[in-house]
Amino acid sequence: MEETKEKDVSKTGESIDMIAEMEAFEKSGVVSQEKLDAYWKENRNLVLVLLAIWAGASYGIQLLGSALNSIVIGGFPLAYYMGAQGSLIIFMILIYVYAKKMGELDKKYNVQEEEE
Amino acid sequence: MQLKKILTYYVTGFVVFTLTLGVLEALKVIDLKGIGYVFMFFSVAIYAMIGFITRTSDPSEYYVAGRGVSSVYNGMATGSDWMSAASFISMAGTLFALGHMGLAYIMGWTGGYVLLALLLAPYLRKFGQYTVPDFLGTRYGGNPARVIGIICAILVSLTYLTAQLTGVGTIVSRFIGLPYEAGVFAGLAGVLVCSFLGGMRAVTWTQVAQYIVLITAYLIPVVVLSFNIFSVPIPQLTYGSILQRISVMENQIAGRENPNPRGIDEKELNKRIDGAKEKETRDLWAKDAAMFRARLSNPDSALKAMNADVEARLAALTPDAVNAKKLALEKEKADAMAMLNAPPQLDPKTKQPIDALDDAKKAELNAKIQAVEKSLAMLTPEAVAKAKEKAEADKKALPKDVDAAKAAWSGALATSAGQAAPPKPYLALPEGTGLLQFIGLILCLMAGTAGLPHILTRYYTTPSVKQARSSVAWSLFFIFLLYFTAPAYAAFAKYSVLENLVGISMSQLPSWIASWKVVGLFDVIDKNGDGIVQYADFVVKSTDFVVLATPEIAGLPATITGLVMAGGLAAALSTADGLLLTIANAFSHDLYYKIINPQASVQSRVLISKILLVAVALIGASIAAFVKLPVIAATVAWAFSFAASSLFPALVLGIWWKRTTTPAAILGMATGLIVSISYSILNFFSTAPNNLLGYSSPFNFFGLRHTESGMIGMPVAFLVIIVVSMLTPAPDKKLQEFVYSVRFPKGAQQGKEVEAIGG
Repeated sequence: MEETKEKDVSKTGESIDMIAEMEAFEKSGVVSQEKLDAYWKENRNLVLVLLAIWAGASYGIQLLGSALNSIVIGGFPLAYYMGAQGSLIIFMILIYVYAKKMGELDKKYNVQEEEE
Repeated sequence: MQLKKILTYYVTGFVVFTLTLGVLEALKVIDLKGIGYVFMFFSVAIYAMIGFITRTSDPSEYYVAGRGVSSVYNGMATGSDWMSAASFISMAGTLFALGHMGLAYIMGWTGGYVLLALLLAPYLRKFGQYTVPDFLGTRYGGNPARVIGIICAILVSLTYLTAQLTGVGTIVSRFIGLPYEAGVFAGLAGVLVCSFLGGMRAVTWTQVAQYIVLITAYLIPVVVLSFNIFSVPIPQLTYGSILQRISVMENQIAGRENPNPRGIDEKELNKRIDGAKEKETRDLWAKDAAMFRARLSNPDSALKAMNADVEARLAALTPDAVNAKKLALEKEKADAMAMLNAPPQLDPKTKQPIDALDDAKKAELNAKIQAVEKSLAMLTPEAVAKAKEKAEADKKALPKDVDAAKAAWSGALATSAGQAAPPKPYLALPEGTGLLQFIGLILCLMAGTAGLPHILTRYYTTPSVKQARSSVAWSLFFIFLLYFTAPAYAAFAKYSVLENLVGISMSQLPSWIASWKVVGLFDVIDKNGDGIVQYADFVVKSTDFVVLATPEIAGLPATITGLVMAGGLAAALSTADGLLLTIANAFSHDLYYKIINPQASVQSRVLISKILLVAVALIGASIAAFVKLPVIAATVAWAFSFAASSLFPALVLGIWWKRTTTPAAILGMATGLIVSISYSILNFFSTAPNNLLGYSSPFNFFGLRHTESGMIGMPVAFLVIIVVSMLTPAPDKKLQEFVYSVRFPKGAQQGKEVEAIGG
């Protein structure tokens, strides 16, 4: 567990006006609109790539199943193995990669959360 | 640090507790029922204690656990929130029955987390309110969208909640023998103590505790079984060779040509399998099926004929009828005797006997006398009483009316038709419309997963957007541990049936068969009466036996069976907790506070939440206990289709497409939901056993079943939202800025990671 940091907990109260906050945030000039757009574009491209892999690992493999099932490893026909285990492992890797890449992206564009 | 300490104590206590029970069982102090009671009492007591320690009335704590749940713990809590009685007890059984087709559940219920992680979770966390309708209300500027969101959330969650409470009732009644209704309410008490006292905060930490119980309970039996057979305690790796053996044995049973294409060592197969006898048994079942089909084709007259038959039998057994028949028979006998013994008549002229009885005639008469004597023996008072009893029992067993007859015969037809079919190849891929159904089911389950309100709300509870992202990865990891084990369960159970049951004498059934047969999960019927079990003699009534009987198949003590029960209970309770909270909050927070009375004070809001919680819980439990809709079991999958057709499109487009307008979202959600619900209902109620095997409905598109209605509803919802958005003016600046704001982590309200529970 991480060491406790002095964090501002007064903000955990309810009904913070997100829009006002956003305006203040944009006015602060830390990040320009172009930069935000570029950040979102990179995010979107990353998501598209990962979703393509996701679709391939689930639907793609099962649609090609009859061909893949002729390959048998350790008793598992390949399409069965992917449906039972392999695709699940790919899903986990995808989410992990996404979380990691987004962390880097946040830092690159300086839009990460404030550590107070 | 205190949190870690508490968890260490908890896990140690759990291990010591289980071991103690094991020792007590070995000393024969306690039996399975006792173990069931102890497990149930102690686990519910622990959950209640956690609920008590973490009680709160602070709204941020009550609704989103103070946004202080770190990604690992939130992952664990999401895991047990997610994994329901269906995942824990029924999923492996589904795989047992469906083979490759069943993998749709494995992929669908895990792949949905990719959608959740990439498309929704971080943005909802950035938005940082309390509920899913909150987001819809803000994104689509106003109450109409919020109301539709509330309706969707309640509909989806209530369907699911009822199924969970049904699960609780079944588990409790099966293990400790309470009546089912009492079981539902006993379980309900367990659910309520947690969520009532501490809302999301209590539910979160209880779910963490429940996760530990359920994953341990799930893994132990199959790990031991794998070790017994292969000396390798990793069932997820070893069941590959089991799959191959299953295929070969199934081929032998079905009498397929070339049953062993991969050349599996004969020593690893069951040599008692007898293809000819299997065929004989299946033919007998087919005969039954034909009989029921004939009756069903004209149920009115079939029932009348059966009634008339029984009545005729009873009429023949009244004292008068019996006496009359007796007299008639006795006369017949006397006549025959007289004929046999009559002195030969002599021809008056020749004094020679005429019309002498030849030997054939004599034998005929003797046979007749014997038959009559036999019939007379059936008319002794004892025999008559016995026959009467049987006829009356048969009369009682007759269906009351045509509807009851139809229901009974349809069930019997389904069973006999199922048994008459040779086993489908376990590893075969679905083909044709089967493949479409397979892919469709995966898609519905994935999109539904990402649209379930009680799961989405969990990502409001992490301290930051960054942690929300990694928390999804942890959630999937904790779910994965159970899901990639389920196919191993199914394979080992199938193997146990094929290897240890088929070909065994009826009088020497394996002990696990004997003990679970009593509970009624399956039956072994010696159809051809040869005293040997054929595969077609094994009638599965509930595939739940796969998980429940595995401890015994592995030769483990009853304590482990009790542990599995506690795991199933934990799975059902944790999901019910999350759902209950979601429904109550939709009413109290979204409907009451946000729409009806925005001036409500903090205290009154939480109080109203708590009151509604109890009310919703009672409604859910009453539906589960008293209405007992037969639909319920079939409708868990509906919740996913409904969520996929309503909440999922509105949320995804709301975040990813700034142009999405308010009328479009409202119309899209409503249309998607209505289309999906109507399809499910129309298809479900027109489904009947068809002429070949299984069930089908004349009302279907592309062969999609009621469980896959999201395949229709989801595209409709997306289409409506996109088209209507293009036709209506773009959202105003405020809404566009809101969309912007949720896209970047910066400025998210931070939570403080919880260091200790309680206080």
